[in-house]
Amino acid sequence: MNLSTHHILGVEDLNNQDVELILKTAENLKEISLRPVKKVPALRGKTILLCFFEPSTRTRASFEMAAKRLSADTLNFSASDSAINKGESLLDTVRNLQAMDPDLLVVRHGFSGIPHLLARAVRCPVINAGDGLHEHPTQALLDLLTIQNIKKKIKGLNVAIIGDIAHSRVARSNILLLTKMGVKVSVAGPASMMPAAIDQYDVEVAYDIREVIPKADVIMMLRIQRERQDACRFPSLREYARFFGLNKQTMKDAKKDVVIMHPGPVNRGVEIAPEIADSPHSVILDQVTNGVAVRMALLYLLCGGKEI
Amino acid sequence: MKLAVLNGHVIDPSQNLDGNYTVLIEDGVIRDVTASKKLDDRYQVIDAKGAMVTPGFIDVHTHLRDPGFEHREDIESGSKAAAAGGFTTILCMANTNPVNDNASVTEMILKRAKEAGLVNIFPVGALSKGLKGEEMAEIGEMVHAGCVAISDDGMPVMNGRLMRHALEYAKTFKVPVITHAEDLTLSAGGSMHEGRVSTALGLEGIPAVAEESMIQRDLLLAQLTGHHLHVAHVSTRRGIEMIRRAKAEGVRVTCEVTPHHLTLTDEACLKYNANAKVNPPLRTPSDCEALITALDDGTADCIATDHAPHSQDEKLTGFGCANMGLIGMETALPVCLKLVGEKKLSLKRLIESLTTGPAKIFALPGGGFKKGSPADVTIFDPAREVTVQSENFSSKSRNTPWEGMKLKGKVLFTVCAGRVVWES
Repeated sequence: MNLSTHHILGVEDLNNQDVELILKTAENLKEISLRPVKKVPALRGKTILLCFFEPSTRTRASFEMAAKRLSADTLNFSASDSAINKGESLLDTVRNLQAMDPDLLVVRHGFSGIPHLLARAVRCPVINAGDGLHEHPTQALLDLLTIQNIKKKIKGLNVAIIGDIAHSRVARSNILLLTKMGVKVSVAGPASMMPAAIDQYDVEVAYDIREVIPKADVIMMLRIQRERQDACRFPSLREYARFFGLNKQTMKDAKKDVVIMHPGPVNRGVEIAPEIADSPHSVILDQVTNGVAVRMALLYLLCGGKEI
Repeated sequence: MKLAVLNGHVIDPSQNLDGNYTVLIEDGVIRDVTASKKLDDRYQVIDAKGAMVTPGFIDVHTHLRDPGFEHREDIESGSKAAAAGGFTTILCMANTNPVNDNASVTEMILKRAKEAGLVNIFPVGALSKGLKGEEMAEIGEMVHAGCVAISDDGMPVMNGRLMRHALEYAKTFKVPVITHAEDLTLSAGGSMHEGRVSTALGLEGIPAVAEESMIQRDLLLAQLTGHHLHVAHVSTRRGIEMIRRAKAEGVRVTCEVTPHHLTLTDEACLKYNANAKVNPPLRTPSDCEALITALDDGTADCIATDHAPHSQDEKLTGFGCANMGLIGMETALPVCLKLVGEKKLSLKRLIESLTTGPAKIFALPGGGFKKGSPADVTIFDPAREVTVQSENFSSKSRNTPWEGMKLKGKVLFTVCAGRVVWES
């Protein structure tokens, strides 16, 4: 079975069968990471370019590890050492990379839509590893896999996404993916951090996080992007933590088996109090493990890997 | 030199002409518009059978990029693009490099326009020195040198006191002040209309209120100073409604709407199409509808293109970083004729908003076929099908949101001062 799409630029590119195929493949590939020799030859001879035009440690490491476990060759290409600083345009850079015939491009960029621009310029598949405020589809897929693993189902669950919804590509991808898969999604955070037209999505909107926490099976906390915040949107991290952070107080009425997720890196004491981040409810590290599996699945499916 | 345009359907809103007439031109001016087809043999003849014959179109809002940004456009290529679009008179904005904020730059633009020798070009002088919004530019000298209006277009005047006094000062020299209404603190960081599409694309939005709040400020200042304010490129329903109300209250205000704000919505930005990135941004169907109604009922005085050339390199950088602006002179007619085809606007009103409407706002010569007027004539076939292909444009730039679109309406001849400056 194949994916219906050549690129993964956003959740919009995926239909429900695609999502199920990705999750199933990821589940199958997970076992590789548990072997003494964590490597299969599925993508031997394939070259994967990791183009990170915005700083990233986790996502980049996750993609690189996924590629290596499938025996693909990886080439890292980052903003700091790229020719972009030498005045070469982004498109020129990518056309040059294309001329080296890679089999797949993984792109992260600080501006929304850059993976789409590049996808039109290259022949190989492009995976969006996060573009501006737009989407982070692989994060949403790994979150979905994590939820499925723990809750043993997806459809009908209640998921609350809390924080700066307007500036979160993780939120956007998760809203799209979860609603597509039959999850009841609510979003909560200060009104100054809600997107202009949140009402176009099938989500419940709340400004008081205590309204969404009691019924949530899963709570996804978003990272406060300190570097992207301006003082016109909220007054201080201290006040944010008090009203919009997860702590013993705000968690008071949560379900006993509630699962807490965070895309990382966590601002401890801001969006999540340390005791909550380290509690048994937290599955933050499972998310990281599943990230490798989901990215292996995507590389495998898009590069046309052989039978494992 | 004598020229006769025969057999065409003449529409001249300035004299309420709408029918088959012969337009007689002599020595660069209109000699007569007559029902008679009899000519003596000294006339060069254009047979306009099946075509519309109207006063030359006037575009009161263009960016010719000359001096300083000649890789996007220059006065010669901009003149050609104008002629190809049926425009015989254009106003060019001051955001060149150097900025047109003093008489020597104005004189140089007029000299180059004369050298290009195709269409009439009237510069708009900067309101503030260097478009910085701090100190008033030498408005009096620029008006004496040939500027017909004052504007910091592209750079909103955030300083209300400067705007107030510029209106007063411009009143002294009898030229309108054009406002590019935008509160920069509200639009900051935005690259498209704030709404459904910006949310879906993850792009920072420009809320309608960024424009509307500034229109309101400037309407109040126009009322206070009693001077003529012209609002450029109105793009929102509330904005045009505020202007309608101000007009009813007797405020001296005129305004323009663009072909793109009349016909395109923020959905044109889908797939991160940077050729649809423009300021003010493309808005919603409801805004389009309100602008069309306003054009129809005369609240909007004219159509202007805000022709803003940018090179492909300046557009293919990702939507967020791409320059704002699109080119419009060579597509204005077929794009606006779409509204006529859809029965949303009468052909007569369309022609009026491209001719007598703009001429009146800025007291420009032309815009009608009265005896002795400049012989500026546009001849077009409203039914001819065209496919927009930017590679065939006379403009140096290709940033059109209508690429590949099938439209109706083709300019056959453009005559400026009795001379054919464009023939398809």
